[in-house]
Amino acid sequence: MGKQKFAVTVDDLTVAYNYKPVLWDIDLAIPEGVLMAIVGPNGAGKSTLIKAILGIIDPIAGSVSIYGKPYKKQRKLVGYVPQKGSVDWDFPTTALDVVMMGTYGSLGWIKRPGKKEKKTALESLEKVGMLSFKDRQISQLSGGQQQRVFLARALAQDADIYFMDEPFQGVDATTEIAIINILKELRKKGKTVVVVHHDLQTVPEYFDWVTFLNVKKIATGPVKEIFNDDNLTKTYGINYKVSVQK
Amino acid sequence: MSFTEYFELLFNDYTLRTISLGTAILGAICGMLGSFAVLRKQSLLGDAISHAALPGIAIAFLITGTKETNVLLIGALISGLIGAFWIRGITRRTHLKSDTALGLILSIFFGFGMLLLTYIQKQPNANQAGLDKFLFGQAATLLARDVWFMATVTLVCLLVLLLFWKEFKILLFDADYAKTLGFNTKMIDILITSFIVLAIVLGLQTVGVVLMSAMLLAPAAAARQWTNSLGIMVVLAAVFGATSGVVGTAISASQNNLSTGPVIVLVAATFVILSFIFSPSRGLLFRQIRFIKNRKDLQLHKTLAFMFDIAKRHENISHPHAVKILNNFHGYTKKSLSKLEDKEYIRVEGLMWEMTEKGYDFALNLYNQQVEEND
Repeated sequence: MGKQKFAVTVDDLTVAYNYKPVLWDIDLAIPEGVLMAIVGPNGAGKSTLIKAILGIIDPIAGSVSIYGKPYKKQRKLVGYVPQKGSVDWDFPTTALDVVMMGTYGSLGWIKRPGKKEKKTALESLEKVGMLSFKDRQISQLSGGQQQRVFLARALAQDADIYFMDEPFQGVDATTEIAIINILKELRKKGKTVVVVHHDLQTVPEYFDWVTFLNVKKIATGPVKEIFNDDNLTKTYGINYKVSVQK
Repeated sequence: MSFTEYFELLFNDYTLRTISLGTAILGAICGMLGSFAVLRKQSLLGDAISHAALPGIAIAFLITGTKETNVLLIGALISGLIGAFWIRGITRRTHLKSDTALGLILSIFFGFGMLLLTYIQKQPNANQAGLDKFLFGQAATLLARDVWFMATVTLVCLLVLLLFWKEFKILLFDADYAKTLGFNTKMIDILITSFIVLAIVLGLQTVGVVLMSAMLLAPAAAARQWTNSLGIMVVLAAVFGATSGVVGTAISASQNNLSTGPVIVLVAATFVILSFIFSPSRGLLFRQIRFIKNRKDLQLHKTLAFMFDIAKRHENISHPHAVKILNNFHGYTKKSLSKLEDKEYIRVEGLMWEMTEKGYDFALNLYNQQVEEND
């Protein structure tokens, strides 16, 4: 692989709610251009890790750098897909409007989205196959469609690194395939994609990089090398048998 | 005084015009900002803040000894802001949920305010009477310069709203995401909350501490029923609020001495009730009508599907069949047959029926989600 460039570097990251550590001393280096899954049991701190990296939650210790510079200076390089359930889908707005929000970051304060931003948003909707729903009120979308709208919003950010919090949660098989194809497309373009993932069966098929997390980091590396029963057992605490396709 | 007399007076009587203008402006600013409170699920924030303003009024009076409205309202503003940011602090720093924080601040501040009011009433000062007008408001005390001040604040608020529209919208919908985009969400939040406090304080003189939250919520709740666009919702809420103000003032002026604040609130409540019933997309009435229509359509579609099953067995889909065979199908009526004919799904000739191309295609794609979604 030659000399590896790291898209994201996390040093000594520790997050605690009321004395109880949720994440303990995480060191993580994510190479550029990987499609990485974060796996771990419920309460392992997977979402918290993403939120702490993105500055949504304040860590009590640790630092995050993006391409070697502090995250706060590199925000524009980072896109985020939150959990679908984190917002009120009865909010009075349309699918296109939500996707347009992806362009707000590059616009900065006060400036209004214009034709260029609208074009970006429409293209993003098309990429996720939702163009015909652009004027649909968001509460009228199915769960899978809402997830696609969130993905389109992140695409509209045109970031280099994407963090996604359970994008496959509660979507049907068709949507799951559509989403994973978009993620693979992103990787092909050299983007780095980090996904909180629950379905262990699909890890070898979807991802090339994996991080095992259970409050502490258990292991991180290429799926082919480290996605094995040993690490799964260490992470989940019970004897796991998942056949890894090599 | 009758209603028409009122409108005549509105153009002649200076006082009435001032009061009507004041309540209209108040309704408008409360409607605008109330939309944000409702969408942030902070409906009770207004209630807590208005109650929290009471001790500020009392303390301002105790310190200055004046009943000058502006001085008292500055006191209200300060204690309202303290209340609002304590609520914010409690929810962020403790495990208490926001409803608990709101309830706590509301009752503690209001209790303290009432205590101070009774203390003031026992003072041997002839000047003390009349502070309790802030409990239920007294629109009649509105002066032209109060209205000017309200208009200025509303204008500033509108300007800020237009300027930071994008920021407000993204904060309301997805605050965490806004943070990752680099927006200072804390600042936007403080801006919105401060304006809500300001609007409430403006309304204390007219509507009073107790009913003020209705001015924030009712127009916004009504407006939400009519639109799925944030912009239109805010405008509609402002219009509903302003209308409630004017109509409420009219009613209270035309019926002898009805208290203005409560009447305005009741007019706003009427908007809410009408909106809940008559809104085309969310209203109860049209929902019921749609439900009945859907049920009828379903009966019709079932009949058509049955006919489709017969028709598709023949090479020529328009092969005629006897009407009699439909008698075996539960749900078939002569009426449904003629309805299907009206829609040109079938043709009926004498005792025979045949399916049309249109009917065949329609039945084929019935309940096929893929086709329906791409419409």
